Parts: sequence; C-alpha cells; structure tokens
Amino acid sequence: MENLVYIALFAPFVSSLFAALFGMTERKVWIGIVASILLGISWISSVTLAYHIYITGEPIHVTMMDWINAGDIHIPFGFVVDQVSVTMMSVVTTVSTVVHIYAIGYMDHDKSFNRFFSYLSAFVFSMMILVMSDNFAGLFIGWEGVGVCSWLLIGFWYHKEDLPREQNPSISPSWAANEAFIVNRIADLGMLVGIFVIYWNTGTLQYDEVFAQLPNLSPHILTIAAIALFIGAMGKSAQFPLHTWLTDAMEGPTPVSALIHAATMVTAGVFLVIRANPLFAMTPDVSFFIASLGTFVAFYAASMALVERDLKRIIAYSTLSQLGYMFAAAGLGAYWIALFHLAAHAFFKALLFLGAGNVMHAMHDELDVFKMGELRKKMKGTWIYMTLASLALGGLPPLAGYWSKDAIIETAFNEHTYFLWFILVVTAGMTAFYSFRQIFLTFHGEDRHTALGFHPHEMYKFVLVAMSPLAVLAVITGWFMKDYEEFITELLPAYEMSEHTHHLTAYLGLIVLAFAISGIVLAYFKYARTGKNAFKQDANVEQGFIFKLLKNQYYVPAIYERFITEPYKVISGILWTSVDVKIVDATVDGIAKFLYTSGDKTRSMQTGNLSNYLNWMAVGGVILLVVAVISAMIA
Amino acid sequence: MIGLSHYLIVSAIIFSIGLVGVLRRRNLLMLFFATEVMLNAVNIAFAAISHYYNDLTGQMFAFFIIAIAASEVAVGLGILIVLFKRYGSLDLDELSSMRG
Repeated sequence: MENLVYIALFAPFVSSLFAALFGMTERKVWIGIVASILLGISWISSVTLAYHIYITGEPIHVTMMDWINAGDIHIPFGFVVDQVSVTMMSVVTTVSTVVHIYAIGYMDHDKSFNRFFSYLSAFVFSMMILVMSDNFAGLFIGWEGVGVCSWLLIGFWYHKEDLPREQNPSISPSWAANEAFIVNRIADLGMLVGIFVIYWNTGTLQYDEVFAQLPNLSPHILTIAAIALFIGAMGKSAQFPLHTWLTDAMEGPTPVSALIHAATMVTAGVFLVIRANPLFAMTPDVSFFIASLGTFVAFYAASMALVERDLKRIIAYSTLSQLGYMFAAAGLGAYWIALFHLAAHAFFKALLFLGAGNVMHAMHDELDVFKMGELRKKMKGTWIYMTLASLALGGLPPLAGYWSKDAIIETAFNEHTYFLWFILVVTAGMTAFYSFRQIFLTFHGEDRHTALGFHPHEMYKFVLVAMSPLAVLAVITGWFMKDYEEFITELLPAYEMSEHTHHLTAYLGLIVLAFAISGIVLAYFKYARTGKNAFKQDANVEQGFIFKLLKNQYYVPAIYERFITEPYKVISGILWTSVDVKIVDATVDGIAKFLYTSGDKTRSMQTGNLSNYLNWMAVGGVILLVVAVISAMIA
Repeated sequence: MIGLSHYLIVSAIIFSIGLVGVLRRRNLLMLFFATEVMLNAVNIAFAAISHYYNDLTGQMFAFFIIAIAASEVAVGLGILIVLFKRYGSLDLDELSSMRG
C-alpha cells in the first residue's frame, strides 16, 4: 500500500518532468497522451487506496525522509492517507485525468502544447502534496506550489495585450496571473502566521500531535491561530474580500479553469478548514464568522452571476458561490457535509467548465452568451452535459448538487441560524436561475450567432467521451451520501440533525426545491423562448443602478484599483525617485565610483620599474610595522 | 660585556644598510648583494636570540636561510646572466618593459 501512496503522489510529478523535457519543442500529441496515462495511473492508485481505507478503516502513514532537522525543529517529509485526504485525492485525480485528456483536444492548435501539459501536471502534483501531507509545513509547500502553477497557467497566454477594463474586465492573462498570485501572497502571509503560532505554542507541526495539544492552549491563542489559518484559506478559496482574482483567472485556458475551480486550487482553503477541524471546533466565534462569511459570499457571488454575459465568468461566480456554501457548512460544524459538497461540486463544476470550453472552441473564443443561442442543434453532446451539470448545480434531485446543497441548507436550519438559512435558500434559487439563464442563452432561444458570422461545430468525439465519467459522477454522487457519511465520520466529527429538524426535513427540502424550480422556470420564460417572445436586451434595466452595481462587481475591483493599486503606485514612485535612486543606488554607485577612481589614481604607481616597486614594498612594510607597533602599544 | 641587545643593534644596522641598498641601487647585481646583506642581518639576529634562549631552533633556521640564500643566488645569477646577454645592461631603469 505504501507504494501506491508514492505512485499516486509522484505519477503527476513524473508526467510534469517528462512534458517539461519537450517544453520548448513543437506540439507532440503523444506527450498529452503520456501525461494523461500517468494521471490515470495516479487515479487508479488513489481509488485503490480509497477502497482499501473503506474496507479496513485504517489510515496509511508513510514517512519518506527526514526533511528539516534543526535544533528543536523536526519536520519529516511524511504523507498520510486517511478518509479526508483519500477523498481529496480521488476527486483531484478524477477531475485532473479528465482535464488532461480534454486538454489534448482543446489545446489542439496551441503551439505551447507540451509546456501546457508540464504545468498542468505540476499543478496536480502540488495539490496532491497539499492534501496528502501529514504536517503543516508540507501543506504549505503544496499551497505555494499550487500558487506558482496557477500563476503559470492563468498567464499561459502571456503574449496577449492589456486591454482597458471596459473591454476586458480581466485586462490580460498576465495581469490576471499577477493578480491571482499577489492576492494569494497576501493570504499566505496569514497562513504563515497561523503556522508559526501553532509551532510556537505546540512545538510541532504534525497534524495529530498539534491537535492532541490543542486543549492545553489558551482560547486566545487558539483564536489567533484559527483566524490566521482562515485568512490563508480565504485567499486560496477566494472568499470576500480576496475574491477578485478568481473571476479574472478565467483568462487562462479553459482546462485550467476547470482544474482550478473543481479540483486543484480553490478547494484547498475548504480542505484546510476541514483538516484543521479540531482547531475550528474549539473556536466557535471564528467558526461562526466563517459560516457568515461563506453565506455572504454565496449570495454576493450569485448576485453578480445574474447579470454577467461572459460564459466562463458566470461559471466562475457560481464556483465562488458554492465555495461560500462549503464554508457555511464547515463553519457550522458540518465538516463532512462541506467535504461532500466539495466532491460533488468538483464533478459537476469541472463538467460545466469543460462544456463551456467546448462552446468557446466552437465559437472561436467568443464567450458572450448574448451572441450565442440555439447552439443545441449543433452541439448536442455539449448541450446534454452542460444541462446535466447545471441541473446538478441548481440542486435538482436526484443529481449530486441536490443532496449536498440541501444538507448544507438543512444544517443552517438545524443550527438555528435562520437568517443564514434564509439567505442560502434564496441563493439556491438564484443559482438555479443564473445557471439556466446561461444554458438557455447559449443553447436555446433565438439563433443569434449565425448573423454574426459564427459557424459552430461540435468538439472531437474523444473529448466528449472523456467527459462522460464526470457526467456520470455528477448524477450519481449524491446517491452514496449515506455510505459516505459512514466512511468519513470515522475521522471527521459526525453531524446529527436534531429531532425537530428531522421532522421538517421533507418540507425544508421542498422549500429549496421550490426556489430552484422557480428560478429555472423564470429563466425559461425570460431567455429560452423564440419568436416574438424572444429575449431582448432591456435598456431600462441595463441603465438601472442595481444592474450597473452587479455588472461592475459591486465596484470592488474599481475600489481596489482606486484605493490600493493607485496609491501603491504613487508611493512606489516616490520611494523609487527619492529612496531608491538617491540612497540605495547612490550608495552602490558611490562604492563603484570610489573603487574606479582610486584604481585610476593609483595606476601611476605601475611604472614597470622594479626599483619603484621595491620602494613601494618598503613603504608598505613600514606601514605594517607601524600598525603592528601601535596595536601592540594599545594592547 | 656584549649582550643580546648589541647583537640585535648590529643586526638592525646591517639590515638597514641592506634595505637602503635595495631601495637606492639601480644595478640588479647590487640589489642581489643588498638582499644577501639583509638575509645575513636576519641570520645574526636568529643566532643571537637562539643563544639567548638556549634553544637551537633559531640556529637551525639560520642554517636553512644560508642554504636557501645560496641556491637563490645560484638561480638569480643565472637569470642575471641571461638578462645581460639579452639587454646588454643590468640597469633597472633601462629594464622597465612592463609599464602600465
């Protein structure tokens, strides 16, 4: 079993290195195939491990080597495969394998095909380290690795020009990549502080040892550690106010978006909260804040998705919103439900993104849903997949999203946080509305694309086949919720609904369902009809204050630009001209100038005359002698 | 009574004579003589101090220096002969070919 752990972890790494060997050469399809096979091997190992853990219930703990041994610090390079990490491993490798195969088709015409696979596999490898590590240091390595790979991948098309924000809200791939990296950097500082606080107070970074010592710590320190770690989680999982990078990350190629949103990046924050659940369970105030923030983000992101026209950005907002749901569940103590929603969400979100990639491929990189319509006749497979994924996202039974999201909403009711419950229910309706708004605008309604000169065509067959596992999982995941609960609660705290909630479960479910269905119906009437009822843009609405507010993302990017980026630029300019040029540069230049001029002046000593040299030597000897005498006298 | 300090003073005087020779002389052969003078000044100091401390190490050192000085003169004179054959002079001012 130990070998399987290593295979699961290092197969993506091998894949990345292998593809990197050919990084600078022209496109070779077999590199994509080799990478996909290696990812497949990693997937098989992960699933085998999952089965093993399911049967035996015994976590596997391996220590590869001693990593840091300095003074009292002792950090081994160890990995743990338990119920939580094996869930993450299975989800990550499943989605990544599909994404790798998909990318062979999607990146078909890209000249940096090989480089892309190298980055993609490295991304998966970082995430595997992150979820498998048995200590906070390893987690942090994976955390940073994920950050670097996301930077490389979001900025993959770095050669694209910067555009003004009005034309492209994300400006350019390289801008978006920098934004993602810098925002994550801010959050990582919080994460580091959290890790230091834990180390100072427990003297170790191993999860099990840290958690065993938590009851001995003062509530004050626990709160600081929990807040700091959660700030780290906020950055990676794009929670308000560090959320702007996630939608801008859509500048990356679509397989990357699928990977970031479903498996390898944004889930890291949720994973951290779940992994550190003993800590968060002991800090109820922080947990409640997490739940409230999650609920807020769920609503906030969903509201922005209502008016967005960019296909990928709509899906990005929905990810943001669903992450909010996960944090709400985790904050309310239902850790396993959060993890379950994470897994279910990964499958249908990856499917949704890959479907969007197909549309983008067909429409020659056009993403404006207002320019599409009626695509279902030309892209039947994609239409079925995306509808399925949207049904799952919207939370209709018996698809995956229904079970997991319903459980979260029920949890909010059970905890007597009725306000959160209400918001989450309303958000569920909004989710259904915007996902079907996007489906109807893209695949139904009036044909708007032919007039604009688009001739869409369906994606390659093998890509559609490769997406099918995700479609199946998006449907069936929810059916195994009970089994999964038994499996996961061996490690995570069980969460029981109270008797009262239990009686009302059916009604609560119906309320959520009613909201979801009315969202879909509303979207249908507004966007799906043809002929004289067909959807038209309404100038009155689009000039309205609320529409503009939502369209401009509550002006948050503009506020950041105005109050953070620009003052920072001004301060940087001042520091550059006054401090850097006048002090730092001047010092360095001064040293260089001094050496240069002194060399120039003393050059005349080199007469080439031995006698002169001997004289100088004697002078030097005398000086040394004098110095020696003086120092002897002083001593 | 002649003591250690007398020897050291003699040694210092001879060393200074040698040093001045090295600094002032222009002829390479004379420079050689001057360095020999300096070496022997050091030998005197070694022998005197060795006797003073009743330790033979210093005198052994003096022997070594004499031996090395002899071989140095042998090599040096060889070089001088080659130089003289080449340039027809041993004057330092005329031999400066490496002016920077």
